[in-house]
Amino acid sequence: MTGLAANLGRRSAVTELAPAAAAATPALRKAGTVRFEALGKSYASSAGQVQALAGIDLDIRAGEIFGIIGRSGAGKSSLLRTINRLERPSTGRVLVDGEDIAALDEAGLVALRRRVGMVFQHFNLLSAKTVRGNVALPLRVAGLPGGEIARRVDQALELVGLTGKGDTYPSRLSGGQKQRVGIARALVSRPEILLCDEATSALDPETTVSILRLLRNINRRLGLTVVLITHEMSVIREICDRVVVLEAGRIAEQGPVWQVFGAPNHAATQALLQPLQHGLPEDLVQRLRDKRHGAGDETLVELSFLGRNAPDLGQLAAVTGQGAGRGRLRLVSSQLERIQGHSIGKLLVALGPGVAPEALAPLADQTRILGYVDASDD
Amino acid sequence: MLTPQMIDRLQQAFWDTVLMVSVSAGIAVLVGIPLAVFLVTSGPGGIFPAPRLNRIVGTVVNGFRAVPFIVLLVALIPFTRLVAGTTIGVWAAIVPLAVSATPFFARIAEVSLREVDSGLIEAAQSIGCRRLDIVRHVLLPEALPGIIGGFTITVVTMIGASAMAGAVGAGGLGDVAIRYGYQRFDTTVMLVVIAILILLVSAVQFTGDYAVRRLRAR
Repeated sequence: MTGLAANLGRRSAVTELAPAAAAATPALRKAGTVRFEALGKSYASSAGQVQALAGIDLDIRAGEIFGIIGRSGAGKSSLLRTINRLERPSTGRVLVDGEDIAALDEAGLVALRRRVGMVFQHFNLLSAKTVRGNVALPLRVAGLPGGEIARRVDQALELVGLTGKGDTYPSRLSGGQKQRVGIARALVSRPEILLCDEATSALDPETTVSILRLLRNINRRLGLTVVLITHEMSVIREICDRVVVLEAGRIAEQGPVWQVFGAPNHAATQALLQPLQHGLPEDLVQRLRDKRHGAGDETLVELSFLGRNAPDLGQLAAVTGQGAGRGRLRLVSSQLERIQGHSIGKLLVALGPGVAPEALAPLADQTRILGYVDASDD
Repeated sequence: MLTPQMIDRLQQAFWDTVLMVSVSAGIAVLVGIPLAVFLVTSGPGGIFPAPRLNRIVGTVVNGFRAVPFIVLLVALIPFTRLVAGTTIGVWAAIVPLAVSATPFFARIAEVSLREVDSGLIEAAQSIGCRRLDIVRHVLLPEALPGIIGGFTITVVTMIGASAMAGAVGAGGLGDVAIRYGYQRFDTTVMLVVIAILILLVSAVQFTGDYAVRRLRAR
């Protein structure tokens, strides 16, 4: 439900803010694309040549929140780091706004990095500088005048909700505040692209939510492209528009988040989704039988929603009709989410005797009979 | 116990020691820090990679560190004459003291610089820092507490080493202690000198520790 509200809010906010944003920085809305072409990366290690990335072809669009997910060692961090050339690809190309970044000299690279902000898992703040000093550094090294720096640092601190914390040293801040400083530092150069390297992995769940909300807010207000990597599917679900799943350095699958969540094709995706899914309740597992025994047995049916059909409880009740006995249609458990306006998840229902499970098939994207339980036990 | 002449002599010796140690410590900082930065950044994977030159400089630094100070003092006499224009006195002792202290301090500062989290360098690169910006805004300020701690150790070591400067007629507290205490069996003078040295070393150590604590507390 919160996902729904946020999504609705997002559309309206973009349309409201778009003219203002366009007036402030005319090129902003168009810039911020990344394209990987046949990208590969290999390292020489003690165990020989290690292929970290291979055959990566991807397009990241301007203004979207793009998620890169994979298990540890899948190559997601390497992939992200090729965008601002903290790592150089071994083969293939990276194009930022259509420009091949492999050829850049130090000056070109510095210019690129001012257009591409980065936020780190462990914040990487300078302990010898105050919050203000950290956020100001990108502008100082760019040679901006002091007054301009002060103004923009104030703006950035306000944007991340740290007004008044400017003179504090990072060691006095909480993890969430440190990450806000990291975000302010990344944004103060007004980049088109923001790279987030496991930006919430070192934070507790509550702080994670607030940082993700901040990132979504920034994406909405400034119209910048956000590329984030994570090993948590919940982060992807929370804020991403599209996602790519990496496995062993290759693309396992990619698409809009609701599609990948609704119908994960690759084993790696399914494994990553596992923590978000409930299994069959234990008491039911023990009572479940393959065949119908008594006349009063209920049929346990799993209805899967992959984003095409929306669960319609009225219809469900209607098709199960006037079946005899108690519990002609009981909802046993449900796990439905709304992702990008699509209903994704599962309903587990118990059908009383006399109701044909086949009748439910048109109402869900997939239906599966799990087995039978003796209703008298309940 | 102490004659007025002896008190004068001790005073003179105290200021000779302070002069020798502070001038050569100043040189050790001015040369040692850039040397340490070079040793850290020019290694493989550093921001100014030059592995061959790094190895050569590293070997030279080790060479100087391997030579005992008293040997260095004598071996450097031609060089001292060239630089200081004399081979006796306080200024003649400053040259070998500085030559000995610089590689010592550089190695200690190098350790502190190496301990700067590579994530900070990466972050600095990601915000558009050039390599010299990284040295100035990241490496040096982040390593500063460690460098100051190392500098304290260097100064204390130099106060000890300056005792040998008497060999080139430089005077100083150590020289007084050896000549009066050891060679003339004047125990009182020796004990007084030792007490002054203890106070001097304690003052240096306390100041260094205080500065490090202040920096670490932020």
